[in-house]
Amino acid sequence: MKTFQGRVIVPGSCTAEALVSRGGFNTLASYQMAIQFGDKKVKCGDQNNADLYKKPMLGKALCLPMTIGSTTGGMVLYTVCKIGKQPACMLFSESIDSLAAAGAILGAVWTEAEMPVIDRLGEDFLAYVKDGMTLTVREDGVVEVTG
Amino acid sequence: MVMVLTPEQQALLDGEKGEAMAKVVKTLVMYGNAFDAARMVPVTSEYGHTVISFGLKALTPLYDLYQELLDAGLVSGQKFTADPRPLDKHVPSSLLEDIVFKKIMYTHQDRYEAQLEQFGVIGDDSYTCTGYLPQVGNTPRQGDVLSWAESSAVVYANSVLGARCNRNSGIIELMGSIAGFVPEFGLLTDDGRKADWIVEVRCSEKPEAQLLGSAIGMKVLEDVPYVRGLDRWLGTDLTDEVCGYLKDFGAATASNGAVGLYHIEHLTPEAVQQGEALIRENARVYVIDDAELARVKASYPVVWKNPDAAPALCFIGCPHLTLQQLTDWTQRIQDALKQNGLRKVTVPTVFTASTPVIREFEKTPHAKKLKRSGVVLSYICPLMYMNNPLCKRKAVITSSNKLRTYTSARYYTEPEILRIITTGKEGKQ
Repeated sequence: MKTFQGRVIVPGSCTAEALVSRGGFNTLASYQMAIQFGDKKVKCGDQNNADLYKKPMLGKALCLPMTIGSTTGGMVLYTVCKIGKQPACMLFSESIDSLAAAGAILGAVWTEAEMPVIDRLGEDFLAYVKDGMTLTVREDGVVEVTG
Repeated sequence: MVMVLTPEQQALLDGEKGEAMAKVVKTLVMYGNAFDAARMVPVTSEYGHTVISFGLKALTPLYDLYQELLDAGLVSGQKFTADPRPLDKHVPSSLLEDIVFKKIMYTHQDRYEAQLEQFGVIGDDSYTCTGYLPQVGNTPRQGDVLSWAESSAVVYANSVLGARCNRNSGIIELMGSIAGFVPEFGLLTDDGRKADWIVEVRCSEKPEAQLLGSAIGMKVLEDVPYVRGLDRWLGTDLTDEVCGYLKDFGAATASNGAVGLYHIEHLTPEAVQQGEALIRENARVYVIDDAELARVKASYPVVWKNPDAAPALCFIGCPHLTLQQLTDWTQRIQDALKQNGLRKVTVPTVFTASTPVIREFEKTPHAKKLKRSGVVLSYICPLMYMNNPLCKRKAVITSSNKLRTYTSARYYTEPEILRIITTGKEGKQ
């Protein structure tokens, strides 16, 4: 097991399987088809993200450097939280960006969804974690990686 | 760092004006704390801008949230423009698409537009992603603090106009306009506006704006680039033509990456005023030449169901075209059709622009020429139009790198697009 210490943006704890985006995660492009047409597995629709394209995102520990793209991004994250289609958690290697922060905070303040969000886990975290590994997020911002 | 609020702001957070307002302020405080903001600063622009202009059934939770705000008596403290509407009957669509648009996707459009009216949208002409253009009139001054969302508008306001706005998300921008203040961090600060990258443009000819912006966005992501070498083609004045170029360039940096501000040496206001003092020590360098642009363009995936399909529809104007761009495109199409012995474009083509720009354009002789060439002129948002699975079956082409990023539209440079729609032949060289 390896542990990484990050900063807590939205507190919480969970254990989930890792899904890793090595490049910027485009929130709108990733979610727009899935939320519009009721994809139960919430498969990633971003054709520019070779790591995630067509992979189910629901309930995964989404590991990413940052989010990119349209400023609807936070609204999209709020919506997936409100309809219960959010990832188990979002784990950022870098400092969180403004769109992801907005979405995570809107989800925390205005919905009942539980989606811990940790940032500043470092480049080593993203280099180490692989799809399918088991991640446990603790309230204090520590992420344990096994598998 | 925990943000220090004024007594008035603290009272709002404590519920002086009700639970909904307290949650709005709590959202803004948490948002600021995520970026170590020390305080809130007043929104100083005359108008706001919201990125959300569509009444999508899938976003029912959003409209419910907005209703909660309205029911609590919360409206925007400033009038605002909004992104373009998703539907226009003049844009070509099949019967099936019409059913999907009206009966499945945009079933909340009327409800949402009624909400926007209550919140304070300026008017019926205010639906455009280019509210900052003079014809629309939502043009901030240098130094104004904004609570806007819409990636292409934010990057334009910051870079070309010198206003100060973070890359806010939809919903957050409205909450900032409701509260009248926003957390001070990032692009609202002098330090946050310094350049992390020097981009050296060494192309043999003026680079395509949307391709150059894409390359830079993919490289620098959310950092601030200081671009050298573009003044060779753009000059040092922010003419209408140059502003059109920078609009498209910025939209590509923002959608292909997450750029909220760029500086163009000798051209954009802060670059002119501060020069290289804007560049951080140890800024990284990215050199762009013809080969780099070719590499970036070749990296775009083609996601049409049939990659060899003949183009069925062409969209030009994401972000919405300026008056100058409309005029230039009309002239180019006229010349190309004449040269090819044709009267009308060979691919159904839609130009998109704001209603006020369209109205001005229609006063010019170019409007009749454009109509005669068969091009449809619309206020629609092409991204919203294409935001459905049916479009994947349709071979849509575009010169917009933003549209390419979010939909199945295939990107071609402007000269390639011109050749395709005026000859019907494949656009690749």
